[in-house]
Amino acid sequence: MEKSLETIVTDIEGRRENIIPILQKVQEEFTYLPEHLMAEIAKFTNVPASDIYGVATFYAQFRFTPTGKNIVSVCRGTACHVRGAPRIFEELIDQVGLEDEGTTEDMEYTVETVACVGCCALAPVLTINEEVHGDLTKQKVRKLIRAKGDENGE
Amino acid sequence: MENDNRTILICRGTGCESSKSPDIQKALEDQLEGSDVEVKFTGCHGMCQQGPIVIVEPEDTFYAKVKTKDVAKIVNQHINEDKVVERLVYKDPTTKERINTYHDIPFYSRQKRLVLRNCGKIDPEDIEDSLAAGTYQGLKKALDMTPELIVSEIKDSGLRGRGGGGFSTGMKWGFCQSADGDPKYVLCNADEGDPGAFMDRSVLEGDPHAVLEGMIIAAFAIGARQGFIYCRAEYPLAIKRLQIAIDQAREKGFLGENILDSGFNFDIDIFHGAGAFVCGEETALITSIEGNRGMPRSRPPYPANAGLYGKPTLLNNVKTYANVPLIITNGSGWFADIGTEKSKGTAVFALTGKIANSGLIEVPMGVTLREVIYDIGGGVLNGKKFKAVQTGGPSGGCLPESFLDTPVDYDSLIEAGSMMGSGGMVVLDEDTCMVDVARYFLDFTEKESCGKCVPCRLGTKQMLTILEDIVEGRGKPGDIERLEEIARGVKLGSLCGLGQTAPNPVLTTLRYFRDEYEAHIHDHACPAKQCKEFITFHIMDSCVGCGLCRKNCPVEAISGEQKELHTLDQDICIQCGVCYEVCPPKVFSIEIRTGEERPVKEAA
Repeated sequence: MEKSLETIVTDIEGRRENIIPILQKVQEEFTYLPEHLMAEIAKFTNVPASDIYGVATFYAQFRFTPTGKNIVSVCRGTACHVRGAPRIFEELIDQVGLEDEGTTEDMEYTVETVACVGCCALAPVLTINEEVHGDLTKQKVRKLIRAKGDENGE
Repeated sequence: MENDNRTILICRGTGCESSKSPDIQKALEDQLEGSDVEVKFTGCHGMCQQGPIVIVEPEDTFYAKVKTKDVAKIVNQHINEDKVVERLVYKDPTTKERINTYHDIPFYSRQKRLVLRNCGKIDPEDIEDSLAAGTYQGLKKALDMTPELIVSEIKDSGLRGRGGGGFSTGMKWGFCQSADGDPKYVLCNADEGDPGAFMDRSVLEGDPHAVLEGMIIAAFAIGARQGFIYCRAEYPLAIKRLQIAIDQAREKGFLGENILDSGFNFDIDIFHGAGAFVCGEETALITSIEGNRGMPRSRPPYPANAGLYGKPTLLNNVKTYANVPLIITNGSGWFADIGTEKSKGTAVFALTGKIANSGLIEVPMGVTLREVIYDIGGGVLNGKKFKAVQTGGPSGGCLPESFLDTPVDYDSLIEAGSMMGSGGMVVLDEDTCMVDVARYFLDFTEKESCGKCVPCRLGTKQMLTILEDIVEGRGKPGDIERLEEIARGVKLGSLCGLGQTAPNPVLTTLRYFRDEYEAHIHDHACPAKQCKEFITFHIMDSCVGCGLCRKNCPVEAISGEQKELHTLDQDICIQCGVCYEVCPPKVFSIEIRTGEERPVKEAA
């Protein structure tokens, strides 16, 4: 059974200024914003669905497709960039079998880049499901992904 | 030493947490159970690269890069036998010397920590610890003052906005105080979106009550009843600690109804920013809290008169608020004595990039870039040659070696073509391509441009295309002049700060590193040997035939018998650089050349 909006957003009032908190709550539940709920959010807040989409597409946090089991975010901050983040990103997508940012077919990994994790002293950095890994090299990336694979295989 | 005087501090900032500091805390607590030693965790010490950091007080011993398995040693040797564990003591990366005590480490001894006064010293999740450190004393004093007196104190202190713009904080407060309208709002900008910056994050994680105290004083001064902290959702730890701090402050009567029996009511909520760099701009941030796309609008009216929901609104940066309690407690004169004539107080920087000691630092305004980079930062990483220092993030610029004696203050940096920004300072070495740095920042601003005004939306796109052409080998004569022309247009024609400053990284690199642009366009060469299109890899005769490069090459471009000289086939090589990365430093047989003809590959 798919959850309805009321059961997800229990403590937020349906008003325009609450659109972003509502979207955040829905995404927390589903890992993305399912289409059928967008219309419900519009009704709930009494704001046109086009506006809800307008807000949701404006911010980097929101997605419209489900994520894989592991979300890997490569930091593209300045410190990470000059210390080799582009090469880390290339190695990562190569290891999980992607061409670019996105989700693998087996839904194991979602790879994305983020503006800055704020761990610049450990550059280059990536996060796997909010866990930060720093001082990366191509070899460390391979190890990380292999370790994740073993963990999932168990 | 009596153990009931002893405290062990474990850093649990985002950096140290990533290297398993919570496990270390757990191990220490387990092994010291029943003893009188206090074990507590703190926010960021600023030296994240040396993490996890463990400090033993009162001796002030600084242990770096501690692992869980080292805990037994610290307990047995240091706590039980009073002998410092030498091998875990901080080792200076440049001099290789071990330095036992925290405050003798050059990284710290040359700093002046006002905003970061409690970071790394107190438990950020325990208000009692903050109170013992003197937090909320400023608020108590402020509640006995008149709002007018508070504003004039802030004005007299010379405090300027720490978000980067550098507008007088006291004047801003004054406008808001005299503005008509009810209710009024106090907002804190914690949407630290600059790539390469983590000052605000560290303050929020290490000393959240300092920010709350500053906001409460501001609210009392301008007559606000509600406040919001706009914090990036990418900072989950900061949000968690802020929420704990707010709850504890409410319990203690620092927030809510009738604060400390003064009759003054004020409360604070956190707004989770959803990831848009432009929301660091004040009108965009306000529009975002109202539930819209975070796009800026033209000013006037300024938020002081018509801000959140059209009401008078005061908006300051995290570090600006963190300064306020100190000014109220110690007086404006005390603050005005620190820094330069026009830039008072201290500057907090996230010192990163190709630098020996990366981390978060705080220095009095007016020290030179050289002092920050060499005396505190320990110089360029791995003994490489310094090329430039980037301040101000995507709005700032790159300054070359000849500017190293520039004092760090708002006006000197702007004069040099860069800006203070909110505090990112990225050091670049000889291996950094300046055209690529410009492309990197433009790629960022082009993505983050909200699209409202044409000069920014299309101008950043066009500049980015030209820069991509140059680094990818399609540059042509006239590109540099075209870049300069578009940059001027974007600077003059954009609506908000994002667009007005977006060309700065391009303009400063053109001003100081024009030869690198020219080399890319005319000589088909990248002087820093970074841009893939312009480099070739070569195996030198010193190769010992260890086979590492051959085994790691993803396209099998390298061949050779074990223990014999290897060869690299230029027709197959994709310039990924793996061979360069894996070649043992002792052998160092891979050479990168630039400006040479390369075999033309057929398009895939």
